Amino acid sequence: MGNKQTVFTDEQLEAYQDNPFRQRIAQVFSEDGDGHMTLDNFLDMFSVMSEMAPRDLKAYYAFKIYDFNNDDYICAWDLEQTVTRLTRGELSAEEVSLVCEKVLDEADGDHDGRLSLEDFQNMILRAPDFLSTFHIRI
Amino acid sequence: MWKRLEKHRSSKSPSGMSSREYLSEEELAWIQEQVEEKKKLITTMRNKPWPMAKKLTELREAQAFVEKYEGALGKGKGQQLYAYRMLMAKKWVKFKRDFDNFKTQCIPWEMKIKDIESHFGSSVASYFIFLRWMYGVNLVLFGLIFGLVIIPEVLMGMPYGSIPRKTVPRAEEEKAMDFSVLWDFEGYIKYSALFYGYYNDQRTIGWLRYRLPMAYFMVGVSVFGYSLMIVIRSMASNTQGSTSDGENDNFTFSFKMFTSWDYLIGNSETADNKYASITTSFKESIVDEQESNKEENIHLTRFLRVLANFLIICCLCGSGYLIYFVVKRSQEFSKMQNISWYERNEVEIVMSLLGMFCPPLFETIAALENYHPRIGLKWQLGRIFALFLGNLYTFLLALMDEVHHKLSNEDTIKNITHWTLFNYYNSSGWNDSVPRPPLHPADVPRGSCWETAVGIEFMRLTVSDMLVSYITILLGDFLRACFVRFMNYCWCWDLEAGFPSYAEFDISGNVLGLIFNQGMIWMGSFYAPGLVGINVLRLLTSMYFQCWAVMSSNVPHARVFKASRSNNFYMGLLLLVLFLSLLPVAYTIMSLPPSFDCGPFSGKNRMYDVIQETVENDFPNFLGKIFAFLANPGLIIPAILLMFLAIYYLNSVSKSLARANAQLRKKIQALRDVEKFHKSVKGRAIVKDSGDTLKGSSKNATQLQLTEEGTTPHSTSPSQTLEKKAQGPGTSSSAGRTVLPTTRNVPVSQPPGVRLNSSQPLPQTHPWRSTSGKSTRRPPPH
Repeated sequence: MGNKQTVFTDEQLEAYQDNPFRQRIAQVFSEDGDGHMTLDNFLDMFSVMSEMAPRDLKAYYAFKIYDFNNDDYICAWDLEQTVTRLTRGELSAEEVSLVCEKVLDEADGDHDGRLSLEDFQNMILRAPDFLSTFHIRI
Repeated sequence: MWKRLEKHRSSKSPSGMSSREYLSEEELAWIQEQVEEKKKLITTMRNKPWPMAKKLTELREAQAFVEKYEGALGKGKGQQLYAYRMLMAKKWVKFKRDFDNFKTQCIPWEMKIKDIESHFGSSVASYFIFLRWMYGVNLVLFGLIFGLVIIPEVLMGMPYGSIPRKTVPRAEEEKAMDFSVLWDFEGYIKYSALFYGYYNDQRTIGWLRYRLPMAYFMVGVSVFGYSLMIVIRSMASNTQGSTSDGENDNFTFSFKMFTSWDYLIGNSETADNKYASITTSFKESIVDEQESNKEENIHLTRFLRVLANFLIICCLCGSGYLIYFVVKRSQEFSKMQNISWYERNEVEIVMSLLGMFCPPLFETIAALENYHPRIGLKWQLGRIFALFLGNLYTFLLALMDEVHHKLSNEDTIKNITHWTLFNYYNSSGWNDSVPRPPLHPADVPRGSCWETAVGIEFMRLTVSDMLVSYITILLGDFLRACFVRFMNYCWCWDLEAGFPSYAEFDISGNVLGLIFNQGMIWMGSFYAPGLVGINVLRLLTSMYFQCWAVMSSNVPHARVFKASRSNNFYMGLLLLVLFLSLLPVAYTIMSLPPSFDCGPFSGKNRMYDVIQETVENDFPNFLGKIFAFLANPGLIIPAILLMFLAIYYLNSVSKSLARANAQLRKKIQALRDVEKFHKSVKGRAIVKDSGDTLKGSSKNATQLQLTEEGTTPHSTSPSQTLEKKAQGPGTSSSAGRTVLPTTRNVPVSQPPGVRLNSSQPLPQTHPWRSTSGKSTRRPPPH
């Protein structure tokens, strides 16, 4: 199992074309952040998304996926992006901003207006179905 | 670090001695430490968030290190043994890992379930996973019963036709092979190893001296024991996986945002549904958030709920009475001749129909109640559970009546048998010189074997239940889907969107059906050892059939809400059903006498006498004394009291631990609040100061524009504000924003040194690093 430079573009992952976070997943797990994955990156992705991955590892990668601008914090803009993609634009602008405000209210522990990795982990590890939804079965 | 060791060795090797003997104590300890560290790294490698390439290189390095230096840790002769032990340990780990991989490959139906999961989501797939687990449990039970009871009797016991209990009676012989008789589990099937009545009561059979009655009893007990153990183990592993649910309500929006998308979905139709349901759920939460309590006519709601509950209780009582009535009628029918097919199977038909029509009826009535869907689902599950339970227990009561009736007839039949044999052996017209052949087994008058009758009832109920459920799926799901699909072209309204539309998979109904069927199997398996085998076949066909039906005729749920803790809920229900099905079996074993001429316990006073007999005859004497001592009520009652006390103690310990847990959590929260408060106070104080100087500097700025004086005293203030700004930018961005423009105005009249600093951009990231006591530091240049 050498390190052949077999490149998987995100078009080839056809089964997950409907996932709203497909581009983010590809970006997070690819080596240079542009969505092209080598075999090692591919393995990494499925290893993290598998059933046996530990919770903390999944939480870490989930944080990276939801951090759209890659600044190590989930700020309000990241949250807006998430909500828009999840609802495919069906919510109005005020509803979107209300939702983002509520999320920051609930999860922001140090009240700096954005979610750090700690805040995110504290919140997500209490979710009862995080493990079952953040999971790809092979 | 390897270089150190290499140097050490190279310095020692010229002397010709083995390098290992010269490793000093400290080197040894250090190597040991390193090896332990590397081993720990290997075991925790999974948890580290490194990319795969880095993980692989680190892992290989660590493994090579451990392999190289582990052998060096032992000393002298012990060292070889140590190396050998390490080698064996590694081989064992590799073997376990290969075996685990093999086991994962052997899991059946994995691709089917994955397919269903990607189309319908994880909740529908959880039903199939439950079905698969149930199949595994039944397979084990079947293996137990088949291997320890059926096979010995068939191989080593008396063959068919040799003794009365194993032979079809003369009266039934001509019809015994008819399909209709066989379908009712009469005829040859009734007198086969599938039912209790076939087994002989010989204490030991065959050349192995296999104690069949004892084995029968112990297998019956261990069926319940194994089921109990495996259900509790499954519940325990479920609770270990889930964290405490203390503050789930505080994170509704966060959970909706980050955990609502199901990454398993791989089908665009399901994805569309999921998007729609996520949007709906967000809108609902927003509406809940914005609206204050709408106390709209609470009296009407309460009245409607009471009315709905009353109607449902009426339905439940009605169904219970109907079953009782039908069972009584079937007892009368069995005495008549020439009963039609309907009259023979009336009980099973009625029970299955009730199970099919009552749940939707409950759902319609529950529409009056206007509950939130999750609460509504719980009520619905509770009501269906009560329905099934009521039906089952009414059925059992009616069955018990029949059993008592049969038992009361036994004495008369015993007399008849005795007199028949007496007359046969003493009748005139036979040569006394030739020994008379024994009466043919088919001619011996037979007692009505109540255990076999009970077994037959359960067997018929299981089979009819299975048939009804298959027919329901075929008609209710498949034909409906065909109708909607093909009639849609020539129908007035849109069938797919409107009234019939495609069916959704009813998870709760199916799971409850599965649980109750298993309850019936548990009840019936003592009296019909073949029942578990029939159930295995049934689960197998059910798996394939339902997988096909779900993929071909069902659509994903339009409205998805999380019944997330329901996995343990269903296990809890299974446990309850296990206990409830243990009760009738235990009662009959303890209090009813076995039939006198059929089954492995025939002739005994009570079924459990077989244990006493085995202990007396087969075990050494002192064991018998010990058992007698243990069975003394004077010992058992204190033991039970002790168990109650232990339960009470453990309960209070767990409560106090939960309380301590909650307190610790509150403490952590309080600490975090205090930290945040301090930070915000510091920030506010700084901002306040900068706000004051800001007011001062803005006034000065306006004055400066008018006059050129006073630059020097004012030059300090902007730099001070700059520094203080550097110390607390993140606390109030608005204050920062207002500070910025004014300082930009000020440098117009400032000396060049200060101006350089004030024109620098403020540090955006990691503002905290420049704070805390370094108030005179300038912000670092970018």
